[in-house]
Amino acid sequence: MQRGFTSGLNSSRLEAGETQLKVEKIQLNFGGVTALFDVSLEVRQSEILAIIGPNGAGKTSLLNCISGLYHPQKGRIVYANGREHEITRMKPHQIARLGIARSFQNIELFRHMTVLDNLLSGAHVHMRSNLLSSLVYWGPAQREHIRFRRFVEDIIDLLEIEAIRSNTVGSLSYGLQKRVEMGRALAMQPSILLLDEPMAGMNSEEKEDMARFILDINEEHGVTIVLIEHDMGVVMDISDRIAVLNFGQKIGEGTPDEVRSNPHVVQAYLGEEKKSFPFKFSLKDENGNGNGNGSGAQVDHD
Amino acid sequence: MISGIFHSTYEKDMALRRTHAQKIRLVLIVIFILVFPFLANRYYLTLANQVGIAVIGAIGLNILVGYTGQISLGQGGFMAVGAYTAGILTARMGMPWWASTIVACFATALVGTVFGIPSLRLKGLYLAIATLAAQEIILWAVKNWDALTGGVDALVVPNPELFGIRMNTDFNFYWLVWILVVIVTIASVNLFRTHFGRAFIAIRDQDIAASVMGVDLFKYKLLAFAVSSFLVGLAGALTAHYRSIVTWERFTVDVSVTYLAMIIIGGLGSITGSYLGATFMTLLPVVLTNLGRAVKTSFPVIDSIIPFVQQGMFGLVIILFLILEPEGLNKIWKNIKDYFRLWPFSY
Repeated sequence: MQRGFTSGLNSSRLEAGETQLKVEKIQLNFGGVTALFDVSLEVRQSEILAIIGPNGAGKTSLLNCISGLYHPQKGRIVYANGREHEITRMKPHQIARLGIARSFQNIELFRHMTVLDNLLSGAHVHMRSNLLSSLVYWGPAQREHIRFRRFVEDIIDLLEIEAIRSNTVGSLSYGLQKRVEMGRALAMQPSILLLDEPMAGMNSEEKEDMARFILDINEEHGVTIVLIEHDMGVVMDISDRIAVLNFGQKIGEGTPDEVRSNPHVVQAYLGEEKKSFPFKFSLKDENGNGNGNGSGAQVDHD
Repeated sequence: MISGIFHSTYEKDMALRRTHAQKIRLVLIVIFILVFPFLANRYYLTLANQVGIAVIGAIGLNILVGYTGQISLGQGGFMAVGAYTAGILTARMGMPWWASTIVACFATALVGTVFGIPSLRLKGLYLAIATLAAQEIILWAVKNWDALTGGVDALVVPNPELFGIRMNTDFNFYWLVWILVVIVTIASVNLFRTHFGRAFIAIRDQDIAASVMGVDLFKYKLLAFAVSSFLVGLAGALTAHYRSIVTWERFTVDVSVTYLAMIIIGGLGSITGSYLGATFMTLLPVVLTNLGRAVKTSFPVIDSIIPFVQQGMFGLVIILFLILEPEGLNKIWKNIKDYFRLWPFSY
């Protein structure tokens, strides 16, 4: 598929497969509660990495550590984009400037702005004009803003939100808001896109759309995606690798097949222990018949 | 009747006035501003000048409170900084009035920024109390720092002159203040077309999301205080030069509350709303006074209670506005426009 993008949506300078983000043995405490314990993780360029785990496992806390909203007490987080940056203690806006964008579990859009303004505010880090020339809005400042207006039109096109571009975000449906929020993160031209439950609360049709957009962003633009998702069907289908958290600890990591056959993972999810695990998470049964609703893990006992 | 607005270039799509109706309305407003001083008598010119100063102050406060969501009760104090800086520089150091006005704007921006530092930790009502402290500290300094401000005595400012023309006659000052109103309006409207303005609104709507989008909260909150105080300082400096006299009574916490009322009644986060609110709050007491006089001649009996009725009416009108249209005069104005856009087929 050929789209006339005016500039790339991806600001990464790494080759596919190179290590982009390294989380090294981080520990995060809230008072006496340990939210994350000794968690290590590696994110590689152009992959889709899913983080799964039961509620309260520390998935969002991990994302918050990466984007600088929480600072872990132990361990470090290193981000590479041609050069290594330790981002463990950085402020959120500094991390954003390095190219890590994210969306939130509970939509955190700027409710009173239009969709266009939300997307444009995503491109904030790239805007250079100074205060004085912005107040005059003449010449270079105007040209810069027109350039970004054209740029966000690409995102509108990619996410198929043409019809709502001048609507106020607060008036949109939940599914569309999730899509706009992803668009806002994309407008940052990120090298890593962190998505916190992008499909929560959606029906199967909306989930399919969302999965398609995520794959588009990943395959056409090579943007690395880290996503938290509860829908096992989607996770198994679209992710290259999966990391599993439980009670703040990482209990498994690997390809969907590896994770599916990992005894710790199965125990965490099903609370059962067996020597061998004849379980299978799949969208399709043995005969290849599609499981249309795609909601939750389908577990086959052989 | 129009079915929609369609543009073929991004430049036109991003223009401020996108339809003929909007352009015609703008031209009419400009013509009104140009013709008004030749038709109005001195009394109405005085009112127009007061409204002009209030508009500048209200736009300033709206940038901070309405757009950035940082509630401020320090308006009166910041206006005092502007007025006293301009007054002292002109009266004691013989600086030309226009230069002292510019210095006053920057001085107020600086003071506003300093008092904006608590906003990095405090939000909502807590910040309101912190800015109330700013108001009281500034006013206390004005009243007690006799050597600088003259204390509780009035500070007399020489009449401003430009090429030998006295600028603070009602007619001349009208041009000065309304040219500044136009400049301030254009600048603030432009501000909210750019990433600076969007960052302010982002901080108001979702500050955590804003920081994750790359908005430096520290920098932009202080910038909002600076830009806002700059305009508030301008309003203060203009007051000083217009009245030729600066007293602390003009900058009490009442002023802060009145300005807050202006932007709430006019419409938070709206430049048009700042105009409407400033006009409304400046003219309402005047209208009520005139009404009172008219009533007094017909019913001399109630003469003694008229001042109380006026104050009561003032409060009542404000409360009614807030109940009937919480989004302010700007929303009413929008509804009127929407009605006529589809008129006469408004279904």
